[in-house]
Amino acid sequence: MTGGMPGPSPHDRMQPEGRRNSQGIRIDPEAEATHEPRQAVLSALVKHKPGVLSEVSALFSRRQFNIESLTVGPTVDADTARMTILIEEPEPGIDQAKKQLRKLVPVIEVTELDPTALRRELALIKVGGEKPDDVNAVAEMYDGQAVDASTESVTVEITGSKQKIDAAVEAFKQFDVQEVVRTGAAALERGPRTLNKHD
Amino acid sequence: MSEHAPPAEDDTADEQSADAEQAPVTTGAQSVVRALENAGAEYIFGVQGGAIMPVYDALYDSDLNHVTMAHEQGASHAADAFGIVSGKPGVCFATSGPGATNLVTGIADANMDSDPMIALTGQVPTEFVGNDAFQETDTVGITQPVTKESYFASDSDTVGDDVGEAFALADAGRQGPTLVDLPKDITQGETDVEPGEATTPDTYEVQEEADDEDVQEAAEALAAADRPVILSGGGVIKADASSALREFATEYEIPVITTMPGIGSFPEDHELSLEWAGMHGTGYANMAISNTDCLLAIGTRFDDRLTGGVDSFAPDAEVIHVDIDPAEISKNIYADYPLIGDAREVLRQLFDAMPRAPDADEWREQCQTWKSEYPMTYDTPDDEPLKPQYVVETFSDVTPDDTIVCTGVGQHQMWASQFWEYTEPRTWVSSHGLGTMGYGVPAAIGAKLAAPDQEVVCFDGDGSFLMTVQGLSVAVREQLDITYVVLNNEAVGMVRQWQDGFYEGRRMASEYPWIPQFDKLAEAFGARGFRLEAQENVEETIQAAREYDGPSVIDAHIDPGENVFPMVPSGGDNGKFALKEDHLEEL
Ligand SMILES: Cc1ncc(C[n+]2csc(CCOP(=O)(O)OP(=O)(O)O)c2C)c(N)n1
Repeated sequence: MTGGMPGPSPHDRMQPEGRRNSQGIRIDPEAEATHEPRQAVLSALVKHKPGVLSEVSALFSRRQFNIESLTVGPTVDADTARMTILIEEPEPGIDQAKKQLRKLVPVIEVTELDPTALRRELALIKVGGEKPDDVNAVAEMYDGQAVDASTESVTVEITGSKQKIDAAVEAFKQFDVQEVVRTGAAALERGPRTLNKHD
Repeated sequence: MSEHAPPAEDDTADEQSADAEQAPVTTGAQSVVRALENAGAEYIFGVQGGAIMPVYDALYDSDLNHVTMAHEQGASHAADAFGIVSGKPGVCFATSGPGATNLVTGIADANMDSDPMIALTGQVPTEFVGNDAFQETDTVGITQPVTKESYFASDSDTVGDDVGEAFALADAGRQGPTLVDLPKDITQGETDVEPGEATTPDTYEVQEEADDEDVQEAAEALAAADRPVILSGGGVIKADASSALREFATEYEIPVITTMPGIGSFPEDHELSLEWAGMHGTGYANMAISNTDCLLAIGTRFDDRLTGGVDSFAPDAEVIHVDIDPAEISKNIYADYPLIGDAREVLRQLFDAMPRAPDADEWREQCQTWKSEYPMTYDTPDDEPLKPQYVVETFSDVTPDDTIVCTGVGQHQMWASQFWEYTEPRTWVSSHGLGTMGYGVPAAIGAKLAAPDQEVVCFDGDGSFLMTVQGLSVAVREQLDITYVVLNNEAVGMVRQWQDGFYEGRRMASEYPWIPQFDKLAEAFGARGFRLEAQENVEETIQAAREYDGPSVIDAHIDPGENVFPMVPSGGDNGKFALKEDHLEEL
């Protein structure tokens, strides 16, 4: 192998004092800590057109954002749809997710909802039909109701927070759960604030 | 030079084209072409095919210049380079299926480097979409992650506006590629709707000026710095902010480092220039980056080839980050002072907001010391075998300042960036973010058509050249005066360098002793070929190739043992670059 270049070797050089952490933040007394992940609820208004869901979900997978749930549905305006996206990321990741979402052409607006925002998930739980009364009793405990029954099965509908539904699914396990479907969270800010006026 | 309507008598040609401009739109395809004309497109790089034929048919009556490429990958690279050099979106066409997939590399390349480009692809008729029809692929699905936006045209009445919007979007804010997929029934379909003025989508907002208070704070931080540095990225060139940068740096006497895509944004012969930083950047640029206490970074996305490991990147520095794309702020390197806006506007704002020049005499002296401590030289014990650096340097010395340099990807790309002296923006055309071998041959074609009065040289590697060598046929047909220099080391040299450095010299699949004689290959294509082996022949061969009016290829047989230094190992610390092989072991 031929030569190389002249100059002091790596260890004979002036070295800086500082460091950054893995998130590119200077390690100084103010910002020493590496950020821990937290949950964020993002709400996005998007153009209601084909392909928009795949565009959004592809963004999340490509950028390796840890997505917990994503729900989408129409709004009162036929041309827009609304997405609720739950992610769990360290602070810089949440910030990136918002900015990257805003960059997508079909995205009209993005906001992060308050931790106190109304958050609801729906689950349909189909269990064995042997003890309909007991099933009903458990459903009532979770403000749910049986919405379909046959000799072999009862299907119960529950809405509420993720924790409540987790707990309900757990409780129904005693009845031989045959199928569960959950929607993931839909969320809205409390009070008069809306996404349209937000930013 | 270009192919479209058959040659007409000179005196009627103008009349015909005037008629063509006025003829009403009658099909979706005509609307597409009209939209491109309205948007100011000049050249289209493309390859014909079934699903795109209606659009080509509409081109027949247009004044737009179509350049038939030998491969769609070349079409996308040529359009990309056209965009870099001209500043306006380059246009490429391909048919559906394989045509479209062949474009993808060039689209992804443009996306990584924020180059303005629009791709139009044919698609099977709407009724067949989703049925795995002949030559169908989900082009929108494939390209969505690598474009600013991919459109699926669904109506002959609006297809022209789709194209106009895509064109405007490619050019707006942070530039980048867009795509419109054109089902054949939509382009064949009748319409009398003329496309309107091209505008960006209503959801796309660009902030041109940064917040004044933020600018003020950043300016004060910069003025208070002891060791300030400006880091100028490709965004400075894209924003036409090079002269604003020069004024700012000169007025406040702040040393300037460029990123590799930012080469040409600041003259390398300026005394404040430290040239470029990163994996193979200059020792002095990397020392300055490592030791600065305030970094004004403009139009850079802090790519890992620039930063090395983020934990060691400019670790003492407060970072002022200027970018038109808010999503770049604190993506890789945390910005203490984010300034969102157009580079030229924000530089002007900063210029006015600076309370004084930083007091940095000592620092500037330190930077000069580093320049003399770590000179960009190469080892020439007996001048044989031929040194690639010598070829690049000699070429640089004999050409005008505005000469455009294109490259493939590999060692030759690094030598071309290190040993050529760049003084003007838009003269460095290379594949940075994607690092696409094969970029050079077609890129030089796009560059030459964008700047026919400027000299164009392409430094290529033997591996890269082979990947798109068919593009020579296009350069010959179009009689483009381009000098290709193949820095031939009979290897994919950059890979071999890594194998020698990091894989104990196990040269798996990196040596190419079977490559053709490129000078003869060039002649077979109808270009002029030269073989270059000895240092004493370098200058005369270069001059002979330059004098030949048309494409020429210099097959330069270089020292196969030559490696690229300085080098920061991947993910390493910029201040700990290797200047020779031994240093790699120390790191
Ligand atoms: C399309 C593509 N395939 C593979 C690579 C990986 N790669 C990076 S550099 C390099 C070597 C390039 O060889 P050559 O073009 O001969 O240039 P040299 O390094 O010898 O100057 C390779 C294979 C790449 N960058 N692009």
